[in-house]
Amino acid sequence: MISVKNLNKIYSDNFYALFNISLDIKQGEVFALLGPNGAGKTTLISSICGLIKQTSGEIKVSNFDTIKDYKKTRSLIGLVPQEFPLENYESVLNTVNFSRGLFGKKPDENHVKKVLQSLKLWNKKNSPIITLSGGMKRRVLIAKALSHNPKILFLDEPTSGVDIQLRKEMWEMILKLKRSGVTVILTTHYIKEAETIADRIGILNKGELILVENKENLINKFGEKTIIIEFGKKIDKIPKQIKAFDSFITDDNLCLIIKKLKNQKDINITNIMKVISELEIPIIDIKTEESSLEDIFLDIINEKMKSEF
Amino acid sequence: MNFNSIKAIYKFEMARALRTIMQSILAPVLSTSLYFVVFGAAIGSKISMIDTVSYGAFIIPGLVMLSVMTTSVNFAAFGIYLPKYNGSIFELMSAPISAYEIVIGYAGAAASKSILISILILLTSTIFVDFYIKHPLLMLLLLVITSITFSLFGFIIGIWATNFEKLQLIPLIIITPLVFLGGSFYSISMLPELWQLVTKLNPIFYIINGFRWSFFGTSDIDLFTSLSLIIIFLFICLAIIGLIFKTGYRIKG
Repeated sequence: MISVKNLNKIYSDNFYALFNISLDIKQGEVFALLGPNGAGKTTLISSICGLIKQTSGEIKVSNFDTIKDYKKTRSLIGLVPQEFPLENYESVLNTVNFSRGLFGKKPDENHVKKVLQSLKLWNKKNSPIITLSGGMKRRVLIAKALSHNPKILFLDEPTSGVDIQLRKEMWEMILKLKRSGVTVILTTHYIKEAETIADRIGILNKGELILVENKENLINKFGEKTIIIEFGKKIDKIPKQIKAFDSFITDDNLCLIIKKLKNQKDINITNIMKVISELEIPIIDIKTEESSLEDIFLDIINEKMKSEF
Repeated sequence: MNFNSIKAIYKFEMARALRTIMQSILAPVLSTSLYFVVFGAAIGSKISMIDTVSYGAFIIPGLVMLSVMTTSVNFAAFGIYLPKYNGSIFELMSAPISAYEIVIGYAGAAASKSILISILILLTSTIFVDFYIKHPLLMLLLLVITSITFSLFGFIIGIWATNFEKLQLIPLIIITPLVFLGGSFYSISMLPELWQLVTKLNPIFYIINGFRWSFFGTSDIDLFTSLSLIIIFLFICLAIIGLIFKTGYRIKG
């Protein structure tokens, strides 16, 4: 659906906002772009949507070039920006109708009504935007982006500043769009968001796309499982069979921590318990913890930063 | 041509004017009417005829042009500056619409509003002065070309401006003085020789006098010079706008 090849964006002060980005996004998937502030997420989205001029490289949407065939590519895209760039004194209905017209579509009362109803904005249709809450303004922006039936929806930090209830409703809405065949690309700081709704994840850092992976693969490949064994008596040393793995004893000598990557097949709980039981030390508790996508994200970014120094 | 997009911009801009009808439409009509009272009725009665035209009637084309030029520039400049200011220009830049379609929408709405105001001013002036329009179709043509040209100029100012002060700077310190000194209220023959020469350097002088010709069939300058000048200015504005969209000046990163 979207193909980005060797994309570079260099600003006049020689700042590389995007560096040699190549990326393919499939139709109907939810793709999450993660990265710290200033990583280039918004720049990448803006390049695809035509808001900024790329320095070099090629972007194709549905096999159309975003520069040569900009009318075709842009008519397929809906964009929800990060801030609230709205005409404050305009009514909700007028601003949504304006967006539909701007994208070349004839007025369609039924479609606009359906969009506003699905976003719980219909009863606010005549309200000036200035009177709406932040969450409602966010929904107005989504309604504007959906007003022309886009095939691709870009959501730049869609849930920043919205409450938990609304965030969950937005996740529901995104999944519903995905089910209807819309390709969704979102940038987010909430890793939980990506973990919940994304099919694939791309990590950007300092303008470079350092990783693109299926969400499950990412968690399996980079995720860790931690096994924590709490003893009733002090443990002096790590058993020889366990030493081979990333393991250590806590300072109070009462806990043994064993870390393993999820894709490490050669150890399992049964084997570990067999070794531990041979120590003949009473066990008080056994816990396991799995790393979240957030832990993986931070590990990848930290590793990248370390390698740069 | 993407007519739905142009229509959307046009309707949105016209709706903005209707929402602020007092400020957008009635205020310019009222302030121009005050000129009729002060210059036409009060001072005009002390001034003799100018080329068989009463002073009250003589200033009508000048006042209409003063209104057309300033309102066209202001409407178009504000029209494109506001989306830049509140950030909603992102939508315009990401929409499947060409640069010229955007310009037609914004400049078209600005020109329509200024033509509407001009017609209201002309109707209002009939309360104060007896006058006739010798070449009404030509008058309408010049009104339309001038309002479009100055709307394009306003569009350029709106793109160039980075704050509200800059937005007002050119209309206030360049256009208004040039219109006032361009023969809106007097004939060039009423000035000393040196000031006649200075006035001839003012491009607005030619535009106002062309317009005056359409009213009375007589003016300080012939119609052809006036029409040529306004058309040249129109093409200069179009060329600058073309350059703005090609380079993305102040609208694209």
